[in-house]
Amino acid sequence: MNFFRLIMSDINIVDAPPGIEGSGFFATSFDKVIGLARSHSLWPLPFATSCCGIEFMATMGSHYDLGRFGSERLSFSPRQADVLMVMGTIAKKMGPVLKQVYLQMAEPRWVMAVGACASSGGIFDTYSVLQGIDEIIPVDVYVPGCPPRPEAILDGFTKIQELVRNESGRRRHSPEYKELLASYGIL
Amino acid sequence: MAEDTNHNLIEALSVRFGDKVTSVTEPYGLLTFETSKDVIIDVLRFLKEDKQTNFNYLTDITAVHYPEKQQAIAVVYHLHNMVAKVRIRVKVFLQEHTPHIPTATVLWNGANWMERETYDLFGVKFEGHPDLRRILNMDELGVHPMLKQYPLEDPNRVDKKDEYFGR
Repeated sequence: MNFFRLIMSDINIVDAPPGIEGSGFFATSFDKVIGLARSHSLWPLPFATSCCGIEFMATMGSHYDLGRFGSERLSFSPRQADVLMVMGTIAKKMGPVLKQVYLQMAEPRWVMAVGACASSGGIFDTYSVLQGIDEIIPVDVYVPGCPPRPEAILDGFTKIQELVRNESGRRRHSPEYKELLASYGIL
Repeated sequence: MAEDTNHNLIEALSVRFGDKVTSVTEPYGLLTFETSKDVIIDVLRFLKEDKQTNFNYLTDITAVHYPEKQQAIAVVYHLHNMVAKVRIRVKVFLQEHTPHIPTATVLWNGANWMERETYDLFGVKFEGHPDLRRILNMDELGVHPMLKQYPLEDPNRVDKKDEYFGR
């Protein structure tokens, strides 16, 4: 027993959401339970075009291990993905491709812009490069850095988890959200 | 040795093309000359197929925009004689409003993408090219961005306003 305690780290289990507890029952709202479950089983879709993608590979590797946050399973099909992680310079010619990938994702979906190029165009202030992916798709979390270290990517990912955990079940049906999508020409 | 080779090349070119070959220079030992668009294919064919010159490899086709010059577009050909390890550079100056020049795809199939790139970035029309359309930029771009009248920067950039830099 002591031997196992030496080689195994303590396993953390999330706390139950606030609710009413009694003998034989526990009552809480769907929003909280679904948010909790979703936030620890996000399937990311890596859209890696350059050096930020290399940092993401390190993030997925055993040393930093994105799998610890419930994202062991990368989805290389947008139809099964929850988080679109855009890492790297997006040329204007790539813009429609990225938008198509976003459109193929099912709701609820989140987008993370990793690094200076995906967030703002970065050093590539030029005619051929998209000046931030938020020109074509809505973005939930921006990770700064050129490229960001794996710790920064993990920090951004926990921010996504926070958004997922606290999102209302009705948000995707709200007029504000529909207005946001309409402003990007997505219906 | 290089000087001898270049000298022989100039000799051969002037015997064949006379005053169609102008502005011969040798910056860093690289033989460079200008010619005109009506003989460019003949010049390239001579350089490629003549046993003496034997420039069998087309390294690159590109262009340069000189807005201050009367003939503002220079189309530049780089050739390589792989046997004798000699390189040569050929320039053709064109009018900016009619940048037309015959295609080199009749000599090298590899010229296809190089000419598409030159068309994409400089708007040079290669007459007789089998498929002259943009290769790098998006089709909706609408301009040939390496021409100097077009700004390098993207106009949508919002974080580079002068006020943020105290200008």
